[in-house]
This record gives sequence, C-alpha cells and structure tokens, in this order.
Amino acid sequence: MKNKFSLFIVVIFLSFCFVIFYKGLNTPNTYTPKVNEKKNIPTFKAKDFDSNNYINSDKIFEEKIFYIVNIWASWCVPCRAEHPFLMQLSKNKSIKLIGLNYRDNFNNAKKFINDFGNPYSRILIDKDGTLGVEFGAYGVPETFLINKNKDIIKKFVGPINQEIINEIKSIIK
Amino acid sequence: MKILKIFIALFLVVNFSELRSDETNDILKNKILKNIRCLICQGQSVYDSESEFASSIKLIVDRKINEGLKEKQIYQFLREKYGDWVIFDPKLNKNTYVLWLLPLLLFLFGGAIIYKKIMIKNKIQFKSQKKNENK
Repeated sequence: MKNKFSLFIVVIFLSFCFVIFYKGLNTPNTYTPKVNEKKNIPTFKAKDFDSNNYINSDKIFEEKIFYIVNIWASWCVPCRAEHPFLMQLSKNKSIKLIGLNYRDNFNNAKKFINDFGNPYSRILIDKDGTLGVEFGAYGVPETFLINKNKDIIKKFVGPINQEIINEIKSIIK
Repeated sequence: MKILKIFIALFLVVNFSELRSDETNDILKNKILKNIRCLICQGQSVYDSESEFASSIKLIVDRKINEGLKEKQIYQFLREKYGDWVIFDPKLNKNTYVLWLLPLLLFLFGGAIIYKKIMIKNKIQFKSQKKNENK
C-alpha cells in the first residue's frame, strides 16, 4: 500500500514536470506584450509634423470616431511595405489615421511622405521614442486601433497587411 | 569681504546639495534600469542594452524621476504599458502564485517527509530501547 502511494506520488510529480516542460517547449521564448488588452489612450503633448507646434492629445483625438495610430519611420523597411495598405485605409471616412514619426530625420520623413503619399490626417514627431513608450510600443512599425470612447482596443505589431485591414474594417463598421 | 565669504559659502552649499540630489537620482535610475527587461534584446536589462527601445526607456525613467515619481510608481507605469514581464522582479499576483508559492510548498512537503521519517526512526529506536530495558 505504502509502495503504491509512493509510486503514485512519483508519477504525479513526473507528469507535472512533463506538462511544464512540454508547455515550455511549445511556448515561444520571446515575449510579446498583450495585443488585445483594452487601455486608455495616454495623455501627452507632441510636436506636429507640419506646423511644428506642440499639440495636446485631447485635441488630436477630439472627434467621436475610430482612430488609428501608426508608428512609422522613413528608415524602416517594413513601413514601406505597409504604406499602400495605410493609403487604402485612409480612404475610409469612419476612421482617421495619426502617424507617429519615430526617431527619424525630418527631411527623410518628408521625402518618404512625398514619394509614397500621405495617409495620415496628422503626423506627430517622436524624436526620442518616448511617445511610442507612452503608447506601449517597443518597435516600428506598430499600429494601435482606438475606439470612439478613446480606448486602445487593439495593437498590431509589425507591418499592416490586407488581413489586418479587413480585420480593422470589420471592427469599425 | 564678510558678505563675499557668506555668498561663496551659500553658493557651495547650494551646488553641493544639487550634486548630491543628482547623484541620488542617478543611483535610483540605474537601480530601476537594471530591473527592467529590454523587449528587443530579451535577457538583457535596459541598463545593459543599447537598443532604441532601451534608450527611450532610459529617457522615460529619467523624466519620471525628475517629475518626482517613486520607484514603485515607475514600475507600475511600465507594467501598464508592457505587462509584468518587463520587470525582472515579478510581484505576487494571480499569474505568479505558482512561481512564488511552489518552492515554499515543495520545502514544506520535503520538510514534512523528513520530519515524519525522523519521528518513525525515533519511535523505532525508543521501542527497541524499551525492549532492551525490559529484558
């Protein structure tokens, strides 16, 4: 009876170890922050790309519509790949795109917009990357979907593609 | 001349205290940065990392310290942005119960087994001693 109990304990312990290691092997070892967590938009003051004036976040998101905040830079290759999709999304009247120009050279950024088109209703300058941190970004490109109640409802890490565009369209309609 | 001396003394005291406060802020900043995980070069702390993310976090932490935020408040701010994983020293919550309590449970379980074994051994010894005495 005692031996059976000891065997039972050993089997339980080994099964537990197996489950832990098996789960560990199947989980990617790089961490990605949650992308579906609902968060309030941060309050901030940022420099406007066109006017060079400082503007408050409540002025940027003042309309009761959906917003997209897209973090981009002229030096970022995946940003070029996602740009046509952003141009496509900018034609939708029920959403406004805000660009966050991340750690970029002003002239290069301007050239990028002139060459590929401007999908943004407003571009903000994030010279030192701290504005990106306020949004919870850790790289570029990253895109945040903000609902009418000014909550970040979804975050897309990496370049936007047709699948993501369809997902955004299904959320905002 | 006396006024000049007083003025110099005051100047030195003010500058010295400013220097001390900068030094304290630097110590706090480094302590916090060493406890934040870089999300780009994972496994490295923000303090050790040279990535763009790390340099932005360094600026943010510096700014928050200057705004008067305490260490815990800065960790809370970063947790809200990136989750618990961004901090090297995880706090006790529903996601980390197992992490914190499992070693304790294993220790108690192991302790209980050792205690039971010793008690049984003592009982046997006591019984055989008693037997020997009766003989």
